[in-house]
Order: sequence, then C-alpha cells, then structure tokens
Amino acid sequence: MVEPDNQLDPSDCKVQVENLDFWYGPTQALFDIAMNIPARQVTALIGPSGCGKSTFLRTLNRMNDLIDDTRLKGSIRIDGQSIYAPNVDVVSLRKRVGMVFQKSNPFPKSIFDNVAYGPRIHGIRRRHVLEEIVERSLVRAALWDEVKDRLDSNALGLSGGQQQRLCIARALAVDPEILLMDEPASALDPRSTARIEELIDELRTDYTIVIVTHNMQQASRVSNYTAFFYEGVLIEFGATKQLFTLPCEKQTEDYITGRFG
Amino acid sequence: MPGRMWRDKAIRVMLVGAASTSILIVLLIFLFIGKEAVPFAVKPGLGELLGKNWIPVSFQRVSFGILPLVTGTLLVTTLATLMTIPFGVCAAVYIAEVASAWEREILKPFIELLAAIPSVVLGFFGLVVVVPLVKAIFGLPSGLNALSGSILLALMAIPTVISISEDAIRSVPESYKSASLALGASKLQTLWRVTVPAALSGIIAAVMLAVGRVIGETMAVMMVTGNSRLITFSPIQPVRTMTATIAAEMGEVEFGSEHYQALFCVGIILLLATYILTRIAQRTLKKYRMA
Repeated sequence: MVEPDNQLDPSDCKVQVENLDFWYGPTQALFDIAMNIPARQVTALIGPSGCGKSTFLRTLNRMNDLIDDTRLKGSIRIDGQSIYAPNVDVVSLRKRVGMVFQKSNPFPKSIFDNVAYGPRIHGIRRRHVLEEIVERSLVRAALWDEVKDRLDSNALGLSGGQQQRLCIARALAVDPEILLMDEPASALDPRSTARIEELIDELRTDYTIVIVTHNMQQASRVSNYTAFFYEGVLIEFGATKQLFTLPCEKQTEDYITGRFG
Repeated sequence: MPGRMWRDKAIRVMLVGAASTSILIVLLIFLFIGKEAVPFAVKPGLGELLGKNWIPVSFQRVSFGILPLVTGTLLVTTLATLMTIPFGVCAAVYIAEVASAWEREILKPFIELLAAIPSVVLGFFGLVVVVPLVKAIFGLPSGLNALSGSILLALMAIPTVISISEDAIRSVPESYKSASLALGASKLQTLWRVTVPAALSGIIAAVMLAVGRVIGETMAVMMVTGNSRLITFSPIQPVRTMTATIAAEMGEVEFGSEHYQALFCVGIILLLATYILTRIAQRTLKKYRMA
C-alpha cells in the first residue's frame, strides 16, 4: 500500500479518509481505506466493476445512508470536520457535496425548474435571484447557449449529453464545494463525453472533483490524482501521471495495461 | 396443411370475437337505451329536460326537468371528490413511500376489503353511523342529506384512489429521488416536490376513475341522501341524484310512457358523463405511462 498522502500536504486536502470500512449487510465492501483527496483538483477512482469505487464515492455525501442495512466504520473528514459525527446535518452536507449520477436523471420538469430545484429547497424564493443562479449554473455547465431560449421546455426533451450537463448545472446551482461524479459519461457518445471532460477541466479551478470512471483513458485525461481500487481495497493512490506511467504496485500495472478488469 | 390454416383462422376469429364483445355490448347499450329515449326527444322535446322541476306524476301537469337531479348528483359527487382526493392521495403517499414493509402488508388488505364492500351494506353503515353523526354535528332535524351521501361515496372511492395512486407513486424512478436527496432535499421535500408531481398524471387518472364510480353509484346514495327534489348547493340539504331517481322510479313507471322515456334520457346523460370521465382518465394514464 502506497502512503496515501504522498506528494500531498495535508493542509491542501479537502477530504481526509481514515480506516474506512463499509458493509452491505454481512458483506464487507470497503476495507480500511485511507485517502486524502486534494482540494481543487480532479481525483479519479478507477478499478474493475464491483471494486468499491462507487460505494466509496457515495460514502462522501452519505448517499449510502439511504440503503437499508449498511454499516460504516472509520472516519471521513471534510475541511477537518467529521461528516459522520452524530450532530452532522446530512442536508447541509449534501449541499456542500454535490453529486452527478451515471445515468442522467433530470426531473420531469422544465429546464429552469430543474436547475432552480436545489436553490428553492434551500429557501430561495425570489424570481430574479433564481434566474441569476439558473443562468450562472447553466453557463458554468456549458449548456446556457443551447437552452437559453427554451428554459421553460421539458428537460426530458434534451439529448443525453445535454441532460447530463443539465444535471451538472443542477448540482452546481446549490454552490457545492465538492462535486462527486459517478461515471458521468459512461452512457454518452464520444462527442458528448468530450464535452463533459472539457467541462470537468474547467470546473477544477473552483471545485474539488472526485470522479468514478471505468475508462482509463478518461481518468488519465481528466484527473490530477488517481486511486485504484480492487476488491474493496485501495491498492494505490497517487498523481495520475505517475500512476499511469510508473505504478508502484504490480496489480495497478496489470489493471492499467489491461491484463485484467 | 389447409386443415391447420383453417384451425388458425377459427381460433383467430374466436379471439377477435371475444375481444370485440365489450365494444359490441357498449354499442348495444347506447343503442337500446337511446332507442327508448328517442321518442322523448320528439315529443315533448329535449327542452323539457332543462326544466327546474321533476314532477313525473301529477294530476295537474307533469314536468320532467332534470335540473334538480343534475345539481343533486353534482353536489354529492363534488363533495365526495373533495373528501376523496386529500385522504386518498395522502394514504397512497404513506403506503408507497413512508410505510415499512409490515405496515404495508397490514394496510393493503384492509383497503382492498373496503373496496369490496357492497354498496348496500355500506348504506346500512351510513344509516346507522353517518346519518346520526351528521345530524348531531350540524344540529339538523334529519341527517339524510347530501353530506351523508358524499361521505359514503368517498368511502367507496378512496380505495380506488389509493390503489392506483400508490402504483403511480411507486413507479416514479428511484433516480429522481436520488437526485433530489443528493441536492440536500429532505425526504419530505423529495416526496412533495419530486415524487408526487412525477406521479401526478397517475394520481389524476385515479381520481377520475373514482369520480366515474361515484357518479354512477346508486344504492348507498339513495339510502342516505333524503331524496328530495331540491335545487340546492348546500351540503346539509336533502338531495336526489340521477341514479337514485332511476332506481326509485323505474319499478313503478308505466312502460313506454313519457316518464319512462324521461328516465332513459337521464340514463343516457349518466352514461355519457361516465364515458367522458373514463376516457379522460384513460388518456391521462396513457400519457403517464409514456413519460
């Protein structure tokens, strides 16, 4: 196991994970994960299906809480504060840690209402404030020019790639600090994928991004840091360039060279 | 070979025949009820139906104005719908989204049982429980009025609304809920702002079907609404519905008389109303299945 904080000054870390174990019922899915996720960088989680990378991602905004009969041990801290402490408000945690899902999942509402959903549930009522947020978020998600004339039309009428960017805009609208992306481009065509990747590249200056991906080219293109998971264990974590050129672990090398997975 | 083809054809004809029977029956119903009602349209004319008085038997002058019957039906139906919607939808939301598995297992059979109670039996319950209660609460000389009728109708409609709405709510994709929760919405916010709106067309269809049933319901209503031919919009007045009128008068009407034909006209109007409601419900359901 490579030291999780190699090349990383802990003070630049947004998320610190220590001794994290996770169970679905009797099945342990994550084993003793330790990882420092750097602020304002893109961290990719790679590994074969079922290796625990998505589970790990979902521990960061406590989406696993919604699954019955799951259990977690260890600590996850964001900006030094434990997110599993008993006094933590899950609602405000999820506001800080946005999420984009594998399959784009816009609400069956208008484009405007999709983006305004988050701000509205957090208490913003004023129309002009909402309009401002919607525009800013759509611009940020590189979708504004395509939809600005039809904000009132149903979001389900957008193309797959547009829907996914809308979901990103929706996540950005609540002004998160961290953006979790669970294979955000896996259901998209190459062109749309390229747009999402460009977008991730633009967003990294303002957000801490953690992205799960099956696609190793994608990981090497978009991320600064990469974590390789295998069977619930974090095998290797380090700068993407190094991990892809000079992996320290045999298993990592085997995986990225396509010998298994 | 020709033998098998012949058999295929025969089976096909049988299946098509069985499937079209329902269409045929509906058409025949329209046809024969229409046939009995048509002479009334010729003499004394359909205008007669628009009158304000339903006096089918009289020594002076008979009058077949269905307005009091229509307002009676509208009043009872509207009240019942207003009671059904909040209760039925809330119960459906609870069963679909909030209740634990064992709660659901207890609740659902009871709701189905409620749906299966014969309306006459429910009418007894109305007479023994609802009518005295309404009488006591509003301090009325009699509890036989529109309100009592609509309470019973609501009891009959609620199971339908619950079952169909629950289906609609449960078929809302999990991904909508995840998206909402991941944005920091509470479970309650997710429920009312995402899940229920996404299931809305199904819920509307449920209500429409229930209203269709409520309009056509006869026995329970006849037992508790007081059957007075008043034009009123007050819930605590006795009213008489279109269905109750037909049921009460059909038995003693002279065959082929104007009165007899007028009752058929009432039947046609009821048939059209429920047909239109059902069509709207079906169309809404279809749209929601596409989405």
